[in-house]
Amino acid sequence: MLEPAISCRNLSRRFGKLTAVDDVSFDVADASIFGFLGPNGSGKSTVIRMLCGLLAPTSGEATLEGIDVVRHPDQVKPKIGYMSQQFSLYRDLTVEENLTFYGSVYGLSREHLLSRKKAVMDVVGIAGQESKRAGTLSGGWKQRLALACALIHEPQILFLDEPTAGIDPVARRSLWDLLFDLSAQGTTLFVTTHYMDEAERCTHIGYIYLARLIALGRPAELKARQDVTPPGTLRIEVVSDQAPAALRILKRLPGVLSATFFGEALHLLTSESLDPDAIRSALSAAGLGVTSIREMSPNLEDVFVTLTQGLEQTGRA
Amino acid sequence: MLRGLRAVAAKEIIHVRRDPAALAISVLLPIVQLTIFGYALDTDVKHIRTAVYDLDHRPASRQFVHRMEATQYYSVVEYVNSDGALRDSIVAGRAKVGVKIPPDYSEKLLRGETAQILVLVDGSDSQIAFKAQTTAVFLATNMALEKLSARGSVTMPVDVRPRVLFNPDMKSANFFVPGLVGLIMQIVTTMLTALSIVREKEQGTLEQLLVTPVDKLALMLGKLAPYAALGLFQTALVVFLMWSVFGVGINGSLLLLAALAPIFLFAGLGLGLMISTFAQTQAQAFQASFLIMLPSVLLSGFVFPRESMPALIYPLTTIIPVTYFLEILRGIILRGAGWPELWRPAMILLLLGTGIMTIAVARFQKRLG
Repeated sequence: MLEPAISCRNLSRRFGKLTAVDDVSFDVADASIFGFLGPNGSGKSTVIRMLCGLLAPTSGEATLEGIDVVRHPDQVKPKIGYMSQQFSLYRDLTVEENLTFYGSVYGLSREHLLSRKKAVMDVVGIAGQESKRAGTLSGGWKQRLALACALIHEPQILFLDEPTAGIDPVARRSLWDLLFDLSAQGTTLFVTTHYMDEAERCTHIGYIYLARLIALGRPAELKARQDVTPPGTLRIEVVSDQAPAALRILKRLPGVLSATFFGEALHLLTSESLDPDAIRSALSAAGLGVTSIREMSPNLEDVFVTLTQGLEQTGRA
Repeated sequence: MLRGLRAVAAKEIIHVRRDPAALAISVLLPIVQLTIFGYALDTDVKHIRTAVYDLDHRPASRQFVHRMEATQYYSVVEYVNSDGALRDSIVAGRAKVGVKIPPDYSEKLLRGETAQILVLVDGSDSQIAFKAQTTAVFLATNMALEKLSARGSVTMPVDVRPRVLFNPDMKSANFFVPGLVGLIMQIVTTMLTALSIVREKEQGTLEQLLVTPVDKLALMLGKLAPYAALGLFQTALVVFLMWSVFGVGINGSLLLLAALAPIFLFAGLGLGLMISTFAQTQAQAFQASFLIMLPSVLLSGFVFPRESMPALIYPLTTIIPVTYFLEILRGIILRGAGWPELWRPAMILLLLGTGIMTIAVARFQKRLG
């Protein structure tokens, strides 16, 4: 088997009494897209900062491309690119000056820098705006420039900390298209996000909650987990033209364990013994129309909500 | 070794060029400061407003008032007709000095008795009060001696003839302007350096930079170098303005000044770096720079002589870098002092600067993790 691009073992970080990251271990395969998810404050950024060599772990170890990031951060740094949550390029420098600066910091020769600048500007499609100040770009363009700067030295691993937070859907889509291209060319991507549709696009997912990694695997594997849909239960989608009213009724129906909204549809977790016809008749009795009732597999949001609630309950028990 | 030094320095120069605040601090500030301290802040007390209550009204009394005005320290602004009015004039602030000449002034002079004159001085401004008081006593003593020698009976037992060296006209510009060179240098190096580093912290660019393989020493030097250059340029500018506008020439060696200025620059950059390791925001960095500026202005001997400071405060003045640079500046510019006279402050300055820089660099490196 190929050596993983990122490998961390029992990674922990404490800040005083607070444990920000608790015994986290995972591997990220070469050229995969690893989606790193979790609520705010769960430790996502702390993990990224440790992997990038910005923060030393309290215990545990991490290797990138086979190099120990704690012992040899300087050998790791040329191999990684990092795009942070908030725009962190020089606003008073132009697009080209930013690229030149990062290229020079990575020690690219003059000719190489020139060709790399052209290459990354083509990749992110920012050519023609070289002389604009970075601070005057719109959100989507800022992210593209940040991506271009992170790619200037052809990193093998690219870390993206909520790259699409606060940009419009069209820019979001085109950024993801760029990421797929990079992945196809062999770059390993490590992405944090809050968007479930983005999580679905990842080849692998890790979910961190209260400093601990509680789920790890391909999206399909996570959806198939037994603790997400325990034996003896079913996930059922009910589509109704009056979904809000239907939700109130179904929440009280015996055999329905949980119910949430998804647009026109309701996602139910029910006991296996509950007959779908019982659902239909309960709604009809209330005068609500039912478009369809079918069994479904959980989506990622179902997975994370279920796992999180499960932990909260065991935590309280 | 030092990977990224040139890139960081080049980038920093672009920042300075495009930052209106940095340009204002580096170009406008020296001009404003020179104007304030060179022109406005004139501690030469002259033409003190004076009210006169003359009860004598004879040539002798008028002559006394005339002699007072001739010293240039007094300007008579009003004549009053009662003790109350004399007092009111001072209370209302119309006059700082009140002179009361009694009705028997001329007669007593003629009779050879002691003629008295009352001089009231508003003590609220100690410098004016001191000047008004000493000048009045001096004037009276002089007149008394003249009278005595006119009777042909006196040779002066003691004759003190002070001669003021180096600043014969005792112009306060000569005293302030050389010191300004040091203060302006400190503002530029300390404040701009601190702001530029903290700005990178605030905007997240420092973190972005630390993900790159940039050498930490190179990062630091690259950020400091442009401000060092700017500081030197400003020194030259202020020295030139001092000479061309205020006519304060350099009595000593310009070369020695050029050789010693970088030592102070070093200390200033160290202070800036130090502030940047404490401050999280540019506003904090700005306040911290001001906090350092205050003792640098007030306790360094720039305005008030250190000799007159209380014993509790005095030790504080010895750890302020600008104190020693002031000694060097005034030494070279005003007194024409050379290395033999100035090696001591130069060495202390170097020691202070090295100490500050060492702590700052250690803290900076530690902060970068």
